[in-house]
Amino acid sequence: MAVQSPVRAAPATAPREPGSASRRRSPVSWVRRGGLSTLLFLLPLLIVFGVFSWAPIVQSVVMSFQRTNLVGPAEFVGLDNFVQVLTDPLLWTALENTLWFAFLALLFGYPIPLVVAVLISEVRARRGLFSALAYLPVVVPPVVAVLLWKFFYDASPSGVFNTVLGWVGLGPWQWLQDQGSAMPALVLEATWAAAGGTVIIYLAALAGVPADLYEAAEIDGAGIWRKVWHVTLPRLRTVLLVTFILQIIGTAQVFLEPFLFTGGGPANSTTTLLLLIYDYAFANSLGGDYGAATALSIMLAAALAVFSVVYFRLTKSWSGS
Amino acid sequence: MKSSRIRILTTALVVPFALSACGSSPEDQVGTDGKVVITVAIDAGLEKAAVDAFTKRAEQFEQANPTVDVRTQEYTWTAATFTAQLAGGTVPDVFTVPFTDGRGLIERKQIADVSEQVAKLPYAGALNPNVAKAGQAADGKQWAVPIAAYGQALHYNRTLFRQAGLDPDKPPTTWAEVRTAAKQITERTGQAGYATMTQGNTGGWILTTLDYAFGGRTEKVDGDKAEATIDTPEMAEVLNTLRAMRWQDNSMGANFLYDWAGINQDFAAGRIGMYVSGGGNYGNLVTQNGLKPEDYGVAALPLADKPQAGVLGGGTLAVVSPKIGDRSKDAAVKWIDFYYMGKLTDEQAAVADAKTLAETKQPVGVPTLPVVDRATYDKAQQWTKPYVNIPLAQMKPYTDKMFDQPLLTEPTRSTQDVYKILDTTVQTVLTDQSADVAALLAKADADVQNQIGRS
Repeated sequence: MAVQSPVRAAPATAPREPGSASRRRSPVSWVRRGGLSTLLFLLPLLIVFGVFSWAPIVQSVVMSFQRTNLVGPAEFVGLDNFVQVLTDPLLWTALENTLWFAFLALLFGYPIPLVVAVLISEVRARRGLFSALAYLPVVVPPVVAVLLWKFFYDASPSGVFNTVLGWVGLGPWQWLQDQGSAMPALVLEATWAAAGGTVIIYLAALAGVPADLYEAAEIDGAGIWRKVWHVTLPRLRTVLLVTFILQIIGTAQVFLEPFLFTGGGPANSTTTLLLLIYDYAFANSLGGDYGAATALSIMLAAALAVFSVVYFRLTKSWSGS
Repeated sequence: MKSSRIRILTTALVVPFALSACGSSPEDQVGTDGKVVITVAIDAGLEKAAVDAFTKRAEQFEQANPTVDVRTQEYTWTAATFTAQLAGGTVPDVFTVPFTDGRGLIERKQIADVSEQVAKLPYAGALNPNVAKAGQAADGKQWAVPIAAYGQALHYNRTLFRQAGLDPDKPPTTWAEVRTAAKQITERTGQAGYATMTQGNTGGWILTTLDYAFGGRTEKVDGDKAEATIDTPEMAEVLNTLRAMRWQDNSMGANFLYDWAGINQDFAAGRIGMYVSGGGNYGNLVTQNGLKPEDYGVAALPLADKPQAGVLGGGTLAVVSPKIGDRSKDAAVKWIDFYYMGKLTDEQAAVADAKTLAETKQPVGVPTLPVVDRATYDKAQQWTKPYVNIPLAQMKPYTDKMFDQPLLTEPTRSTQDVYKILDTTVQTVLTDQSADVAALLAKADADVQNQIGRS
């Protein structure tokens, strides 16, 4: 409120400036009212955000209209980069793959953490141990996790997973080496790697559910499933909606798994949008197509922003609990 | 309220740009002791003995050049990381690139013009002209120094050959023999008989190699015009051979997502019977992948009985960063002369290099193609003969033929893009049993044509 009052007071005291709104304060009054110290305190934050967040964003928007190799002078090419990206047949493959990944990740990655969290919260003894075990994969550095799983996914009969499958008379499966199974294999690892974080969020939310609701449900004769359905899920609604959108945004930007596991192969079956962006920029050692890469990045960011806004509008009425 | 927000926002946006606008012009980095400092590339991931050998060479250089302070920086060229490093300015002052990148880097002035310094080197006129071309600007000035040349070869595991009942001294000389041997290796040892790279543009590199070996070419260049020639009977033959080995013989193992590092690793670990890669690969296999020397064999790449059939060759250029000043440039070229070229052209340097390598148990005498004229090359072989510590007899099937095989250069137009397109082609053949080779080739041909036309 302290910031707002001088704005209202300004018209009475400030001299009129030609061409400016009459509500505008004079710099002198701004300084007198502590504007400088406000700016001074803001400055470190502004510089950090400016240099590391905003500048790259603005630069990439500019670059999406340019042709440049980052060494020589850049040339403005209008919408050429966007046209080039939109007419690249690989874009649709990448989009399809990304949607397929997102769908599989939702199918497995969304309900599993919830089930695990509910189970852990139901356990009376050693809850801490189970939480720690569920969270453990998140602690493993992602690159190490992928390399480990690459080893597990060895498609020869002596591979780790294939050996286990062999014990029950199955396999050997091709895992990453087959165009059909490569993407599900990536999702499996991604789910394993990310579930722990979501489990912890759900556990925290579950702790906030008042115990008397469960007691009341029990008195009414509700079993575990009815308790989950009628008490737990409605109480977690807001968190569930947020984790849903975060998961969609996260999966739309999947890069690490296809990059490290398959490089987009076999035969582009795991080329995702972000990997395509990376390929535009870096696959050619003689200066990649940074314009196309940034153009696609901007389009992806815009699509996700629109999706988020629409999603929150649509679910606004559900989330108020 | 609104205007102050806009002001703050403007400041926030302008300040970082002002900061990032501070560019740098070429200048020398001079230490407090007045020595000029240069950073030089050392292969990433070397074993300790190899690092020791390198450090020793750097010390010897500093003794000979007391005004220069050499610092090392890990660097290995890969298509994907190089662009980022170059754009970000994180390449060392002296680094290496493949022949295919030379002309492009020179045209875009992404490397320094050191032609003046190079011209003063005593062997400047004795460079192998075919090889020197890769490092020359359009006007013939030598901006980059060719330091190594290779021709592709067939590497094989002698131990697996023996276990499979094959004669390790008589490796395959035709592709039909490669196929039979691969099948036998898989059947008797359970390991991949023949494997191939498929990822990170290396799939295209090897596919092009096989295309050349079968008598094909991937593009036809006529002046400014370039035409894709992927959809040819030769390339179809290559893909059908691979397909038969993969799906009929099942002799290609279980990994169809190999890149260069990955395939070297698995070969050194004894999981691959045969694969195609540069003839001088022994050094990498030993120093970075722990290959047992007794396992190793290398043969000349089998060529089809056609006059156009040849071996794809390439090489490495030593180049200098455009960001450094004149004193540093002088020092950088001195380093190239000392570390890369001295051992090829000067007896004392060759002996010193071989001695250091031998003392630190690093391979000496790995067969490579000459970057200097044949006479100088032969002399250098003699100088280092007493220090050779590699199983040369096991490389005879290659060394006997390496100078007789016709050497062909890599595709010159959009090389890496062409390779990338072919990556997908070879991956499809190896992971989709019902892949339609004719349709694949038609698509790859159109994609390559599109790519060549654009650049």
